[in-house]
Amino acid sequence: MTAEPRLADEPALLPEPFTRWFAAKGWAPRAHQLELLANARAGRSMLLIAPTGAGKTLAGFLPSLTELAGRPRRRPGERPRGVHTLYISPLKALAVDIERNLGKPVEEIGLPISIETRTGDTPAHKRQRQKLAPPDILLTTPEQLALLIASNGADRFFEDLRYIVLDELHSLVTSKRGHLLALGLARLRSFVPDLTAIGLSATVAEPDELRRWLVPQPPGAAPMAGLITVAGGAKPDIAILDSRARVPWSGHSARYAIPEIYEAIRRHKMTLLFVNTRSQAELLFQELWRANEDALPIALHHGSLEVGQRRRVEQAMADNALSAIVATSTLDLGIDWGDVDLVVHVGAPKGASRLAQRIGRANHRMDEPSKAILIPANRFEVLECRAALDANYLGAQDTPPLLAGTLDVLAQHVLGSACAAPFDADQLYAEIRTAAPYAELTRETFDRVVDFVATGGYALRSYERYARIRRTKEGLWRVTHPRIAQQYRLNVGTIVEMPELNVRYVRQGRGMAGRGGPVLGKIEEYFAETLRPGDNFLFAGKILHFEGIRENECIVSNGSGANIIVPSYAGGKFPLSTYLAEQVRAMLADPERWQNLPEQVAEWLAMQKLRSVLPKKGDMLVETFPKGNRHYMVCYPFEGRLAHQTLGMLLTRRLERANARPLGFVATDYSLAVWALDDMGALFRKKQPSLAELFDEDMLGDDLDAWLNDSWMLKRTFRNCAVIAGLIEKRFPGQEKSGRQVTVSADLIYDVLRSHEPDHILLQATRSDAAAGLLDVSRLGALLSRIRGRIVHKVLDRISPLAVPVMLEIGKEPVNGGANESLLMEAADLVEEAMGPR
Amino acid sequence: MNFSAARAVTAIGGEAVTVAGERALCDPRGTLFFPDLSLLAVSDLHLEKGSSFARRGALIPPYDTAATLARLETVIADYQPRIVVSLGDSFHDGKGAERLHPDFRLRLGELMTGRDWFWIAGNHDPEAPADLPGETVLELAVGAVLFRHEPSKLRVEGEIAGHLHPCARIVQRGRSVRRRCFAGDGTRLIMPAFGAYTGSLNVLDRAYQGLFRRETLMAYMLGAERVFAISGAMLRPG
Repeated sequence: MTAEPRLADEPALLPEPFTRWFAAKGWAPRAHQLELLANARAGRSMLLIAPTGAGKTLAGFLPSLTELAGRPRRRPGERPRGVHTLYISPLKALAVDIERNLGKPVEEIGLPISIETRTGDTPAHKRQRQKLAPPDILLTTPEQLALLIASNGADRFFEDLRYIVLDELHSLVTSKRGHLLALGLARLRSFVPDLTAIGLSATVAEPDELRRWLVPQPPGAAPMAGLITVAGGAKPDIAILDSRARVPWSGHSARYAIPEIYEAIRRHKMTLLFVNTRSQAELLFQELWRANEDALPIALHHGSLEVGQRRRVEQAMADNALSAIVATSTLDLGIDWGDVDLVVHVGAPKGASRLAQRIGRANHRMDEPSKAILIPANRFEVLECRAALDANYLGAQDTPPLLAGTLDVLAQHVLGSACAAPFDADQLYAEIRTAAPYAELTRETFDRVVDFVATGGYALRSYERYARIRRTKEGLWRVTHPRIAQQYRLNVGTIVEMPELNVRYVRQGRGMAGRGGPVLGKIEEYFAETLRPGDNFLFAGKILHFEGIRENECIVSNGSGANIIVPSYAGGKFPLSTYLAEQVRAMLADPERWQNLPEQVAEWLAMQKLRSVLPKKGDMLVETFPKGNRHYMVCYPFEGRLAHQTLGMLLTRRLERANARPLGFVATDYSLAVWALDDMGALFRKKQPSLAELFDEDMLGDDLDAWLNDSWMLKRTFRNCAVIAGLIEKRFPGQEKSGRQVTVSADLIYDVLRSHEPDHILLQATRSDAAAGLLDVSRLGALLSRIRGRIVHKVLDRISPLAVPVMLEIGKEPVNGGANESLLMEAADLVEEAMGPR
Repeated sequence: MNFSAARAVTAIGGEAVTVAGERALCDPRGTLFFPDLSLLAVSDLHLEKGSSFARRGALIPPYDTAATLARLETVIADYQPRIVVSLGDSFHDGKGAERLHPDFRLRLGELMTGRDWFWIAGNHDPEAPADLPGETVLELAVGAVLFRHEPSKLRVEGEIAGHLHPCARIVQRGRSVRRRCFAGDGTRLIMPAFGAYTGSLNVLDRAYQGLFRRETLMAYMLGAERVFAISGAMLRPG
């Protein structure tokens, strides 16, 4: 560690045992640590933005540690003290890690401070004990905080609270967990109004949003927490792999680069390989082992693997026993392990901020440069990597903007409030509005949410007698039955998992009768359902033979052979960030910048210029051409896969109405291809419809609504909202046995509610969720207005170089739409064929 | 009568089947019509399931009865049957008929007027529904077929039952499609559940063991506008 000049007022801030400890370590407290200490001790809420390795965690805890060190001993007979500092982290593992890291200085300085974690894994007796005799510092998660404030006597439990430390705040605030946490923070402030909040964050695009988030928001004003920014350390040393091999047109495997990746691993102590999806992780791991002639210790880490397995990999990493780890976003957040000296990013990073954070993993000493290699998996990704790289040097940030608090989370909080103690609606409304995500919440919406919690909030008011909360004579809302509080506790939280099956290993040849072996992890139910007994698939770094499904388990044995299937996972696909998209468009339009690109990619763009056009920065290119017996339209909005899928869905509806007889479409992060029986290019020239009409913004009106209502995406979103809002219960392992006939599926509820009360508050919540997340409607809207009058149509007699990547995706992805019915038809026809005329 | 029913057949996209020699039509909406008997069978309406859940704190939308009734109205309007058989579990619980909203009671009454209506006793509703006409029976034999709620373990020629809420699943082009279905082997037919909130159980589940001859099992899967006849060999569990 570097020695920094001591500040004049340091002794006043840091008690003697601390200065002695720093000195003994040969360290000096850093300026930002002291600045945070001074402000927080003075009662000012603060946001600390610093890169990894800047001593962020210690900075966050110094105010608590110094204050607790100076606290007089509890006298005999004095009541036990409550929690002094609450630490909230997005990851259970992070809380455990902090307990270890913080315990060290506390022990070495000899401080009489108790530190404990409280997570979903904490045994019941320990939780009970924690309530009676709380630790000084409690390390926990947003869900556990929600449970604590919803329990009886929460006000007494927290009455001594001085600080709340919010780690990885940038990642917490962008999700529904962040909304839940904001409401929890508002509640804590109603217990202890002078609570000091300390937010720790990586660099973000809009620090002011986080600063407001940390302090109570009074009506009509938007005060902010103090801000301390630590400049990034040494500039990272990042290179794009300039492969000797041919960079493929499409695909995500980066298989072409395996020999070069393996060479890089060999030349470094420990390499961290990031990929974007779990499927890619499995594939890359498999390929690396195939190339692993030196039998280097290479491990795999992703969120679907069994917990014990993940902990073992993490431990091996901490012990520096590994050469390489292939990982997904589970290792994204600030867990400090081992001496990583190289980060390899396989596939495009999809966002400049994400890239910066992942690269930060290498070399946790901020004054030494991190070393990273980007491996684009295809040609468009070369452009994207180049753009991300330029952005990282410029320090550009593209973290997503914060969204308004969602109503399903609010409903959960309202019920939790009633579980803690009867509440007054006026008071609760005022309290909720101090939370930044809910600062704009109207009283009408709040009342509707309360009504929803009480009786479901239906226009047909037939559930009054079954109300979950009811108003007492004194006007307070009270839970009607202890069972309601119990249900609340079981269902708290905002993470709704896709239905998953355990992958259980049995010995080969024993088939479904095999006794249970170890669980390897979880796969999503919808994937398991497409497997046939005998299929081989890749999971947990092994080739597995699918035996069958037994209750909630997927039974597997050792597999082998060719034709191996890689599971696809619904989550974890990040769309290209708006900022990076813009950079890529700018690069395309500017041949000067192609010099920085690998030769084969620059050649590809030059060829596109020759055969078709390269659009100017603000233009959108649309190409039409025939191929086989079909006609294609390819457009290049560069707005990310989600927005393109939504656009594809809406365009095909319109083309159908124009009698172009569209057959399907496929979307990538960069472009969209639609194919039809009719010549769309000819239709556009005849203005039947014109391209301007086709891409008119009004498609976001009725067309969007009509399509949305039947979309499976909306159904999935509804299910999440309904679970979070407490309308239907979470599925717990083992419950599946009770059978599908007993429970009411969210899909059926959705259909009934939509046709009878389309304006129900939960449907409103669902639609705004889907618009923001799954469909990227706002981004599509921005695209449509950006390209108004700027669509460039190029009629071609054959496919253009730029169109090749998206055309290669055709057939790889299922085409959405009324396809289910046609699959049934196909199956029925097969039967008819086999059985002859009937 | 028969003629108009046959016309309805083509318009509705149903699938013709025979059970114990009796001609019947599986409708994509999940009902079974016997043109020769002018009899419409419908199974597992589970009316008032929503309010049944609400009693226990799950406030799911109270519109399931309305939705189920509306669909039943269109089916009855299409076929104009002389006899209607509700194959049991017509109400989700014994108190369901009491909780029925007066408007729905009225609509149900109108549907029943002018035709013979049989409530087959189900495990959810063993007693006759409160304050509703129609005859409550344990089972009903008409022509060559026998209607009862739960399929018997014995092999009974011509049995039409409900209770199990069958669905079937196929995988085609790597994609899985699951639908409610009629399940039959020529001897016995099990009807899909009709209620708006009724879930379903795969016909390959253990609960169906011994009910069908595997070689002749067919699943008549319900599509949006037609019924798809799928042979048992193509079905997948789960």
